[in-house]
Amino acid sequence: MKHADEYRDPALALLLADKIARAAYARPQYRLMEFCGGHTHAISRYGIADLLPANVNMIHGPGCPVCVLPIGRIDNAIELVLQHPLTLCTYADTLRVPASDRLSLMQAKARGADVRMVYSAADALRLAQEDPAREIVFFAIGFETTAPSTALAIRAADRLRLPNFSVFCNHVLTPPAMSAILGSTQAQGSGGAGIDGVVGPGHVSCVIGSRAYEPVAEEYCRPVVIAGFEPLDLMQTVLMLIHQINRNRHEVENEYTRAVTREGNAMAQELMEEVFVLRDSFEWRGLGEIADSAYGIRQKYARFDAERRYGIARRRASDNKACECGAILRGEKKPADCRVFGTACTPDNPLGACMVSSEGACAAHYSYGRFRASAAAQTAGLAL
Amino acid sequence: MCLAIPALVVRELEAEEAIIDAGGVEKRVSLALVPEAAVGDYVIVHAGYAISRLDPEEALRTLALFAEMQGDGQAAAA
Ligand code: SF4
Repeated sequence: MKHADEYRDPALALLLADKIARAAYARPQYRLMEFCGGHTHAISRYGIADLLPANVNMIHGPGCPVCVLPIGRIDNAIELVLQHPLTLCTYADTLRVPASDRLSLMQAKARGADVRMVYSAADALRLAQEDPAREIVFFAIGFETTAPSTALAIRAADRLRLPNFSVFCNHVLTPPAMSAILGSTQAQGSGGAGIDGVVGPGHVSCVIGSRAYEPVAEEYCRPVVIAGFEPLDLMQTVLMLIHQINRNRHEVENEYTRAVTREGNAMAQELMEEVFVLRDSFEWRGLGEIADSAYGIRQKYARFDAERRYGIARRRASDNKACECGAILRGEKKPADCRVFGTACTPDNPLGACMVSSEGACAAHYSYGRFRASAAAQTAGLAL
Repeated sequence: MCLAIPALVVRELEAEEAIIDAGGVEKRVSLALVPEAAVGDYVIVHAGYAISRLDPEEALRTLALFAEMQGDGQAAAA
């Protein structure tokens, strides 16, 4: 596959590993957070952590859209579709996220609610066009990668004057979350969950540009390197971060130049600006309330806003007590630290959101890491 | 949901849509956010929408950097 295979050369990966090992001499520890779930997935899948020296640690970040969606919002969606004669459309991952009272959207569907999986916002819009007698609500989630397509759907619905289409908007923004994490770890000092550098989101940056992270890097004095998703991209990014850390630099650099520019996708940014407005605050699972971290729908497009149309009220709901997703999303714990990881909680039967999506830290670790880790422990003579 | 691989634009359709080939799988996606993308280009696709057109020159530059590294590595090993 072009633009992928070239970045998977094992010999080059080993060469980079060697360079990293030689560069990582200046500090006892280099703690690097990969913000994005796509990177978490790639790191597990290609065993990147095994190629790094013991003092270079990768910490999972909160960049998995279904993982950071608080349970209250899923409860809202379930309630909406159970109480109104409407069709709720959403992405596949959202369907399986455990909500309150042992429910999920999938189970709501089994109880007769009209919940449908769509591949894109355009699919939901098409449904509304095809069936004018039916109210269609698109349960929109995701970062700046999917927000532009939701904005496009809302604008198209406006132009088509579609009366039966609305969006339950849950789009969240990555720079404020990165600030929240760096801010809280800074407050704890360099120990604990202290983070020395950040592997910056690749695909979000296609949209918002690498410059979106410049204020964050500046404020918290931490380097950010925007990375591609192939093994060599990630290895090169780690090397770039270590070089910056060694030199006490904290700039935004871009390893993924083939897809990301400093400015990003201007058209997508204009669309988001046109349709969305920043919410004063929004709750993230694990991170709590973060100011200016999510999009609501502008007054101008209020009739497409499901929150206004159906009077959706804010709900607070707590996570499953056994689940450590919150601490994992903050970079404080690893999946294996959770008591129910791989036993009561598996991808087939997830207890927490981090086990649902392939970008979730627990799912990635379960699919690619768990057995390797136990095999390694067995060779080391440890009883597991 | 955010996992995306580079996909080749195979055929343009009407209404800013196109058929892409993502690792052997053909799919219909929207090019509305990347109107400059044309047949033969590679794009990053997210939830049915192309969000970025891959810049082949930048890709070559990154690969050249890796190739140089390999040259250095071999020289060091020799
Ligand atoms: S293993 Fe399951 S329950 Fe434990 S933190 Fe991960 S998702 Fe939550």
